[in-house]
Amino acid sequence: MAKLYGKDLQLMAARARLLAVDAVHTAASGHPGGSLSCMDIVTALYFNEMKVEPANPRWKDRDRFVLSKGHCAPALYSVLALRGYFPVGDLKLLRSIEGHISGHPDMQHVPGVDMSTGSLGQGLSTAVGMALAAKLKAQDHRCYALCGDGEVEEGQIWEAAMAAAKWHLDNLCVFVDVNGLQIDGRTADVMPSEPLDKKFEAFNWNVIKIDGHDFDQILSALDSARSFKGAPTAILASTVKGKGVSFMEGQAGWHGKAPNDEQFAQAKAELEAKIKELEGN
Amino acid sequence: MAGKIATRNAYGETLVELAEKYPELVVLDADLSGSTMTKFFAAAYPQRFFNCGIAECNMAGIAAGMAADGLKPFINSFAMFSTGRIYEQIRNSIAYPHLNVKVVGSHGGVSVGEDGATHQCIEDFALMRAIPGMLVCCPCDGNEMRLAVRALMDYEGPAYLRLQRLATEVFTDELEGYSFTLGKGSVLKDGSDVSIIATGLMVSKALQAAEILEAEGIHARIINIHTLKPLDDELVLKAARETGCIVTSEEHSIIGGLGSAVSELLIEKCPVPVVRHGVNDEFGRSGTAAAVLDYFDLTPEGIVRKAKYALSLKK
Repeated sequence: MAKLYGKDLQLMAARARLLAVDAVHTAASGHPGGSLSCMDIVTALYFNEMKVEPANPRWKDRDRFVLSKGHCAPALYSVLALRGYFPVGDLKLLRSIEGHISGHPDMQHVPGVDMSTGSLGQGLSTAVGMALAAKLKAQDHRCYALCGDGEVEEGQIWEAAMAAAKWHLDNLCVFVDVNGLQIDGRTADVMPSEPLDKKFEAFNWNVIKIDGHDFDQILSALDSARSFKGAPTAILASTVKGKGVSFMEGQAGWHGKAPNDEQFAQAKAELEAKIKELEGN
Repeated sequence: MAGKIATRNAYGETLVELAEKYPELVVLDADLSGSTMTKFFAAAYPQRFFNCGIAECNMAGIAAGMAADGLKPFINSFAMFSTGRIYEQIRNSIAYPHLNVKVVGSHGGVSVGEDGATHQCIEDFALMRAIPGMLVCCPCDGNEMRLAVRALMDYEGPAYLRLQRLATEVFTDELEGYSFTLGKGSVLKDGSDVSIIATGLMVSKALQAAEILEAEGIHARIINIHTLKPLDDELVLKAARETGCIVTSEEHSIIGGLGSAVSELLIEKCPVPVVRHGVNDEFGRSGTAAAVLDYFDLTPEGIVRKAKYALSLKK
C-alpha cells in the first residue's frame, strides 16, 4: 500500500472516526472521547509510518504498536479494519459476545493487535520489552506506543520511562494523547500531570510537542523520532477529546459513554459531512 | 545425600547451564540478583540479563513485550513482590495474552526468617493459582529445582516458580524411581492409613513425620506435589480413595494454596477428611528460619499432630 499524506490521511481518519462512533453506538458501550482524540495519530501510524503487512499480522519484521490506553480500542480497531486486517463489518460486533472484537485490545483474537492492553499504565512497559527484544536480536523494526495524559498518572509509566532511557531505546516512540480530560474531569484537577515535556526530558527522553490533529506535524515528529539516536522519543500531542463530533468535543462526560440513537444520528451527519467535504476536494 | 543447597542457588546455576541451549532465554531482575541468584546468569551472560531496578511492575511488562517477540523471559524478585506487588501486571499483561513468561518468586514462605512478615510471602500460591492458565510450581529440593527449571524452559505459557531462601538437604536424587514431570506428583513412601500431601520445604519434613508415625504403627503415604496447578488429580483421588483421609502440608497460608487445591478437588470428587497444615490466617514474624518454622508448627511433629487429627476424623 502506498503511504497516505495530507488530505488522504484526513479522509481516512474521518472514516475511522465514523466507524468508531458507529461501533460504540451499536455496542451501546465503549469509549468514544479518547478514541476520537487519538484517531489522527493512529491513522498516521498505520497509513503512513509503520511497516506492516495486514495479510501477515505476525510478520516478524513489522513495526509494533501498543495502545497503552487500551480503552480506546475503537480507534485501533477501526484503523486496523480500514487497513485490511479484518473486515470492516466485524466492527459491528464490538464488545459483543459474538465475534472477536473485545472491549479492550486482545492480541490473541484480534488480527493486528500487537499487545493486549486495558489496564492503564502497563502498555508502555510492554513496548519497552519489544524494543529491547529488537535490539537484542539486532532487528531494525520500530516500536510505537500511545498513552493518555490521564494514564501517565500511573507510576509504572515512569518506571518504563526510566528503563527506556537506561537502555537507549531509540527504536521506541511513545505518543501521549494530551486531551486534558479523564473520567472524573480535567486532568489538571484530578491529578496534574504537566509539565509533561519537562518530565520526559528529566527522564532523558527526546521530547517533541505537536498539535495531534495536524498530520504535517505528526509525520514530521515521526521523522525526527526515527532519526534521533541514543534515546527514546516522546511525542506530546495536544488533542481535543471527542474530536470530530461537536457535542463530544472537550467533554469529559464522553469518556466512556455511548451515544443514543439521536446523538448518533447527529454524530454521523457531522462525520459524513466531513468525509464528503474531504472527498470533494 | 548430596549435601545442602537452597533451591534459589540450584535455580541460578541451572539458568546458566541452559543458556547456550536456549539462546532465547533472557533473565530480568529487580535489584535482587544477589539474593535471587540470577547473579550467576548476569555474570555469565550480561547481554541477556536485564536489571530493571526496583520497579517490579515494569519488569513484568518488559517481559511480556519480550515474550511477544519470541524470547523466553524469567522475571525475578522475592515472592512477595514478584507475585504480590505485581499481581495485576502478571494477570493482565502476561497471563491474559498467555505469554511465555516465567515468574519466579525467591524467598517464598516464612523460612525467609529474620526479615519478618513484610518479606515472608504466604499468599503466592493463592494469587498465582487464581489466574486462568497459570502453572504453579514449588520444587522441594535442589535436585527437583534443577529438573523443574529444565522442564519450564520447554513449557510454553505463563508459569510461577517458587524458590526457597533456606539451604536444605538434597534428597530426591537418591529416591529410587524418582522422576520429574510437570503436573505430576509422586508417591515418596507408600502407606494405607493417611496420605500426607506436601510441597516445597515441607516434603522432607513429611518424610520425617512418616517415620515418627510408622514407629507408632501408623502407615502414612507421602506424596510430593511440586506442581500445584495443574494439580495431579488422579494421584490425589487415588490417595483419598485408598487411605480415606488427607493431610496437606505447605509453607503457605492454609487459604488458597495446596490445601485449598486438594480440598477443592476432593469435595467434588471424593469427599474425605482433609486437614490443612500451613500458616493459619496470620502474618509471619521475624526470627531465624528454624525458629519461625517452629513457631508456626511447620515441623515433622506438627505434621504428625495433623495426621492423627485426620485419622480421628476418618471414622
